This record gives sequence, C-alpha cells and structure tokens, in this order.
Amino acid sequence: MLETKFSILTKRAGPLDHLLAAAGKIILGKDREIRQALACLLSGGHLLIEDLPGVGKTTLAHALARLLGLNFSRIQFTSDLLPADIVGVSIYDREKAAFRFLPGPIFSELVLADEINRATPKTQSALLEAMEEQQVTVEGETRSLPKPFFVIATQNPAHQIGTFPLPESQLDRFLMRIELGYPDRLAERALLAAGGQRERADQLTAVLEASSIPALQAQAAQVHAAAPLIDYVQALIEASRQSPTFQHGLSPRAGLALLAAARSWAWLDGREMVLPDDVQEVLPAVARHRLRSIQGSGMARGEDIATLIHNVPIP
Amino acid sequence: MSTAAAQTLDHRCAPWLFAAALATTLPHAWHQPTWLSFLSGLIFAYANWLWWRNERLPSRWLLIPLVALACVGVMYEFRTLLGRDAGVAMLVLFMSLKLLELRSQRDATVLITLGYFLLLTHYFYSQSIPTGLWLIAAMTIVTAALIRLHGGTASQPLPTLRYAGLLTMQALPFMLVLYVLFPRISGPLWGLPQDAHRASSGLSEQMSPGSFSDLALSSEIALRVHFDGEIPPRDKLYWRGPVMEVFDGRTWRPHAEQKQPPSIEALSPPIHYESTIEAHQQRWLLALDAPVPGLKDFGINHTLTVTTHQALQQRARFALSAVTNYRFNVQEESGVLQRNLALPKNLNPRTVALAQSWQHVETDASATVNRALALFSGDNFAYTLQPPLLGENSIDEFLFQSRRGFCEHYAAAFVVLMRAAGIPARVVGGYQGGERNPVDGFLVIRQSDAHAWAEVWLAGKGWVRVDPTASVSPNRVEGGIALALPDSEPLPALLTVRADWARAIRHRWEAINNAWNQQVLGYNPARQREFLHQLGLANPNWKNLTVLLATLMGLLILALTAWTFYARRRLDPVQHLWHSALKRIAKSKVNCAPWETPLALQRRIEIERPELTSAFAAVVNAYLEARYSANNTDLITLREAIAKLP
Repeated sequence: MLETKFSILTKRAGPLDHLLAAAGKIILGKDREIRQALACLLSGGHLLIEDLPGVGKTTLAHALARLLGLNFSRIQFTSDLLPADIVGVSIYDREKAAFRFLPGPIFSELVLADEINRATPKTQSALLEAMEEQQVTVEGETRSLPKPFFVIATQNPAHQIGTFPLPESQLDRFLMRIELGYPDRLAERALLAAGGQRERADQLTAVLEASSIPALQAQAAQVHAAAPLIDYVQALIEASRQSPTFQHGLSPRAGLALLAAARSWAWLDGREMVLPDDVQEVLPAVARHRLRSIQGSGMARGEDIATLIHNVPIP
Repeated sequence: MSTAAAQTLDHRCAPWLFAAALATTLPHAWHQPTWLSFLSGLIFAYANWLWWRNERLPSRWLLIPLVALACVGVMYEFRTLLGRDAGVAMLVLFMSLKLLELRSQRDATVLITLGYFLLLTHYFYSQSIPTGLWLIAAMTIVTAALIRLHGGTASQPLPTLRYAGLLTMQALPFMLVLYVLFPRISGPLWGLPQDAHRASSGLSEQMSPGSFSDLALSSEIALRVHFDGEIPPRDKLYWRGPVMEVFDGRTWRPHAEQKQPPSIEALSPPIHYESTIEAHQQRWLLALDAPVPGLKDFGINHTLTVTTHQALQQRARFALSAVTNYRFNVQEESGVLQRNLALPKNLNPRTVALAQSWQHVETDASATVNRALALFSGDNFAYTLQPPLLGENSIDEFLFQSRRGFCEHYAAAFVVLMRAAGIPARVVGGYQGGERNPVDGFLVIRQSDAHAWAEVWLAGKGWVRVDPTASVSPNRVEGGIALALPDSEPLPALLTVRADWARAIRHRWEAINNAWNQQVLGYNPARQREFLHQLGLANPNWKNLTVLLATLMGLLILALTAWTFYARRRLDPVQHLWHSALKRIAKSKVNCAPWETPLALQRRIEIERPELTSAFAAVVNAYLEARYSANNTDLITLREAIAKLP
C-alpha cells in the first residue's frame, strides 16, 4: 500500500499482526481467511468453516488455539455421537456415594466441532444450544462454559453422502461462515515442499494469554461506527430484504453480526473507526449462510452477495 | 459532581470572550466618566495580559474589594446605583471584572448573557445608523463567542464568525416582521429612568446675553422641515419659539400663560409643512411664523407660540400650517400692552433717555422703529459671536460702549429702546433660515440657526416682526450665520466648510439620517396604521395584528425549518464536499460507482491515474476522517485538500 502521511490510507501495524503472521506460516496463502476467523473470535461469535476434507480446516483451528493460548478440544461428529458425548455425563461414585459430573469436551475455550453435519440433528442442537447460551444444563444443573468460548465447526459440503445439513435457524448461530478453498499455486508448492503443517501447528507457542482475550474483544467493540456507516449497514440489510434474489432477507441478528464483524475487522487494521470497506469485506462471510437463493435450494452464492453490494450506494 | 456548566473553560475561548466584552462596552467609553472608562480599560488589559502569560486569575479576595471599590466609585459619581447612567456604568464594570473571573463554562455563559444585555443599553444613548450597525456587528461577535464556547476545539475563527453571521441574517426577517407588525404604542414600552432625557441642547425659554451665541457653535440639527410646496423665501423663514415679555435687567422670560386666544388675519395663502423636531425638553414647538390656529393636537398661546401638553422628550413629527403674511392681534388687551412697556427701574438710563428723546421728535411709531434700526445699521455696530462681557446696565454698555454683539444683544437693546419710547415690544426666540438638503429636499435647521428678534405692537397693524440683526448684518438673514460672521469667528468647521464635495457628502449623510429618522425611528402608531392600511388591512387593531403577526412568524419559522431540513438532507457539508471532489475527479475520466468505497476508488486511481494519487489520497483521508471518525468536524482540511485537486 501507498506510503503516505495519511493515517487512514497507510497500512498500520494492527494489534494482532504478529499473530496473523505466525498463523500465515502454517496455513499458507490463506491470510484473508485467518483474518476472518480472528475477527469472528474478536466479535465473540462462532465460526463455521465449510469445505472439502483436507484443505486445512483442522490445522487452522489448531493454529488459532495454540497462538491464542486457548485450551483446545476436538469433537469428531459422527452419526452415532450423542449429546452426552459433548456436554459430559454424571456417573455414580461409589466411594463418595454420589453422582460426579464428568465434563465433556465442550468445556474448553476453543472447541473444534469437526464435520458437524455428520451428527444427528439432536446432537447438533446440543452443541448449538451451548454455543448460544454459553452454558450447558445437565440433569437440572446449569454449568457455565469457560470464557472465552469459541466454537469452530467444520462441515463438508451438504451434497456429500450421509450428512444432516444444518437448518437455517442453526446456521444463524454462526457469526461467520468461511470457505478455505484450494491454495493457489505458489502456496501449494510451498506446502508440498515443507510438508507436515499439522505438526508445525502443534509446536506453535502462544502469542496471547487466553485471559486477555475478553479485553481485546471489548476494545474491538469500542471501534466507532459513525451514523453514515450505520446508515450503510441498514441500507444493505434492507436491500437484502427487498432483493428478488433471496428467499428472505437478513435478520436483525445478522445486522448486529455484520456491524460487530466490521468493527473487529477495522480493529485488526489498527483503525478507530469502521469504514464501508470493512463492511464490504465481512459481508460475504456474515451473510452468505443466512441467505437462501431463490434459484435452487442452496445458500446464496458469492455472486449474489457481490450484486447486493453493487446495488447499494454508500450513503 | 461535574456538570457541563462547571467544566473548566477552554483557554482558547478567552479571545472570543474578550472580543465580545470589548465590542459590547466600547461605545459607552465616549459618554462615561473618564475614570470609569480608564478603569475598565485597565482591567481589560490586565485580563488580556493574564491570559497571554497564562497566569493564574486573581483570587476572590482581590476581586471582592475591587467590586466594592467600583460600586463606591459609581455611587460617588452618580449619587445612585440605579438609573440609566449609573446602571450602565455598573454593567460595564461588571463586564470588565467578569473577565478576571473566567474559570468555568458557567462564567463564560454569564459574560455572554451580560454581553447581550449590554447591547440593549446603547440605545439609551443613540439610535443612529452607525449605532445600529455597530450593535449588529457586536451581537454577531457575542453569538460567535457563544458558538465557540460550545463548539469545542474544532471551531475555527472564520467559520465560527460566518456561522454567527448566518444566525444574525436568519434573525433579520423576524426582526423586520416584528418591527413592522408588532402593535405600536405611543411612548416607550416601559418607563425610562429619570435621567434618560438629560443633556439635550437647544433653545431655552429664557434669554440672557450669551445664550444664543453658545447655540451658534453647535451644528446639531434642531428640526427638519418638509414643505408640501416650494420653500418660502429665506427672509420669511422665522421659526417661532418662546416669546419673552418680562425683562429683569439681564434675563428675558415669557409671561405666565394666558388663555386669551390670538387672532390671526391671513394675508397670504396658508403653507402646509411637516416638521420633525429633535427632543428639546420644552413644552413648545418651533413653528413657521405665523402658525395658523385651530391645530388638532396642540394649542397656540396668546403670543402665537405653539404649545404641547407634554415636554418634547423624543424626536417627534408634526404636520403644521403657516401664513407668512399676517396681521396678529390688531386688537390687543391693554394689560398685555402695559406688560410690554415695562422696564426695570433705574437701569440703563442712557438708553431710556435716548429713546425718550426720539419719542419727543417722532410722532409716528413706525418712524421710531426705523430710527432705532438706523442706529444699528449706521453707528459702527458689529455682529460677533464673541461680545465683551457686560455689566449691570447691560443695554447701556452695549449701545454706547462695546457695540459688539450677537442677535440677542440687538433684540434686547431694540426692545428696551422701543419700550422706553412708549411702543409695546417683546423679544421672540427661535430659529431663522435653514439649509435645503438637495438630496431629499428637506429644509434643515441647525442649532447655529438659533436667532432672537423683536416684535412691536403698532396701532392698526398689530404685532409686527422687526429683526434688528438684519440691520446690522443683512447677511445673517439672507445667507445664514456662516456668511454673516467674519472668518476669524470660532464657528464649527462643519458650517464653514465651503468645499462642494464635503458639502455634498454632508448633505447625503444627513439625508440618509433623515430617512432613518422618518421611516424607522418615526414609525409610530399613526404611521403603522397608515402603512397597514396601504397593505390592505382595513381596520388594524390589536386582535388582527396579533393574528397577522402570528401567521407571518409561523410562516417564517416554517420556511426556515423547511430550508434547514432541505439543506441538511441535500447538503450534508461533508458529503457536499466529497461530491465536489468526485466531480473534479470525473474531469480526469475517473468515475466513482455509487457502491465504491473511497479506499477502493483510491486504489483504482493509483493504477489508472498515478499522477492523481497523492492529491486524491489527501482528499480521501480528510473525507474519511470527517465522515467516519468519532469526533471530527474538521471541514477545512477536506476543503483545502479538494482545492489542491487538479
């Protein structure tokens, strides 16, 4: 970017640049997706990564957990996975003659829910309830989940055999949905040359302490969104509702998610105010999984979102 | 607790407050006692110095004695703390002392409120055009200070002033509507303090040596007259004031009022005119000789002086009529004649002797009159503003020794001569002549036109005007005082200037002032009624005036509101500037799509028009700062950046 004396145009050192750089060495050529994942975390939302197997979804989750100093657990979703396998069970302790709760893998700061669409809707909803409420209730007792609590769910594209696609209401629980996609030629070559990215991810050292994350989240939420910018967000939401492209428009929750994500995006850029650019940057990740195309049954395509952006003048 | 009002005052606000204080108090310096102006000036300078050096403000323990001292000073000077002069002096002192106490926002608010109030006080002293213009400017400065006070650091001097000016401009239509339509009442809305009508110079009701020559030094305007037709010849322009019948050896006074109406026999058609008389605190008007009786609003006393019910305390306009050729009281009461023959005993023996010697020679009264006039014209008498002082037998000394005098000397000597010769005579005070302003056609009569002449009663002719000054100096009547007096006399420069351009400027300025007086200051209930009548309001009364006023004000407010909304929606200033920047960019064949963000546009320009890159980067940066940052209202940077675009 241009070397100028202007604060907004100059690429400034963002507060988490070193973290992004470190993650970028593990997942090669996916800087943008890493940044999106981080913005999602900073906004206090959960992330859905949808792509084919083997493009680095799990590696990304691993790398983020390591770098952020979060304790990490992974749940491999299968069709016979039960809710108790996620939240935990109470077992009878004979010596103490009482039930003892064995917390499930969900009691971690970062949970990787791998192939979430392979589990039955019942199990899916157990996870999604926990995500929404930030707590789980087992046998009448409510237990808080740790803070921060961040779920990265991955899923295979819905047309694969033996999957239970998440309903729209469940998809709405994820702040962002991203696709990793194949790496470009250069990145792929580097990957092939280096090999074994997964092992390197496990060797990463923490850049942050998990306890500092809530403060960072608060900082990101403080980024100023001026009235004209809120006008813009509102215009986008309204346009999505009016547009003949979509079956239905963005919900108020989606609007809040969009603004929160844009704030985090601006904060990651080291800016104190949200610009329309931030909104445009995060809009596809925030909106695509919440919108349903009228043609075909699937979710909105990337081109639909681009059309939406092009139809809304910046106020 | 920290409310907005208790916040510490921004140091950079102070110059605005100083300017507001100066603008609202400065004109008072001209009529206030010197010590007061000096003290306020000193405090002002001290406050400025403290601000400049960023020193601590003086403590309460210094301010309280200072306030007390100022109060004592005012009390000593005016003998009161109330009333016009003392009250204004207190306000000015408070204003300057407040400058030493500018700590919080609240102090600044107090100062600004005081400033607005002080603006009003200037109208106690002057209602002229320069005063009005000054006060509008001063009001704008006070408003600017108020804007600066609330605008924070972002308000730049010039835009702040411009904004204040805009507010003033927006107030103007309301002012006009209120001025024209607010129901007028005669007289002031509230009672002015006792001393509000002091110190206006003009003709007084008494005449003693020196009273007219003092007036002659003043070029102030006494009255302005607009004739319906031609202005009568100059030697007919005698403006009659008080008639003085009683003489005590030094001073001439009018006789106590009598109810006997005068009888006027007109020998020429009446002349109608409208006269605007400056306030002179007297109960008579100046009317062209001789006023026609039967005027509606005022009376005419037995000496043909037009009288009013109340002393004339402000400039007023009267429609009057006059006949220049007349016979006045051919049948006069013997009591009046006797009164006009009386002379103080044992005074001026030589004058009395001279007159009595004429009485024996001349049988005809007119011949005696002519003899006296011949005395003045022949015998080395001089017309001067600087006569020598006269002793007890003032007439004797004047006639036989000094022979130098002003109109009052000649009139007095003439009347004494006549009375001693057995002819009823009296002194008439007033003005003579006047100057026609070629700009608006008004006849302007100044204090320097003040004049005294005589009136004698001749059997069969009644009271006849005789002007002995005309015998000494015919120029006085035909050309005015400046021509009559030698160049060495100390007349005001204004009267003696003979350069045409200076005269033209003076005429124009006086015509403007006259229009202001007539149209603006003279807008009284009658004029309002007349004006509204012309507007088609058949019966203007309180009720329908109020309705009209409310409707017009409502419409004005509506129009302003609509305009504001329109301007806000259409021309958000930042957006307006951004669009003008885009227009300039479009000239270089770069068009911005409505959805394209400024940064995206900037990136595109870097590729498509590299030569524009740095200039446009400045614009984008300033625009984004102004539009999207938390507390930035800085339009200047954006405007400057746009100006640098090709």
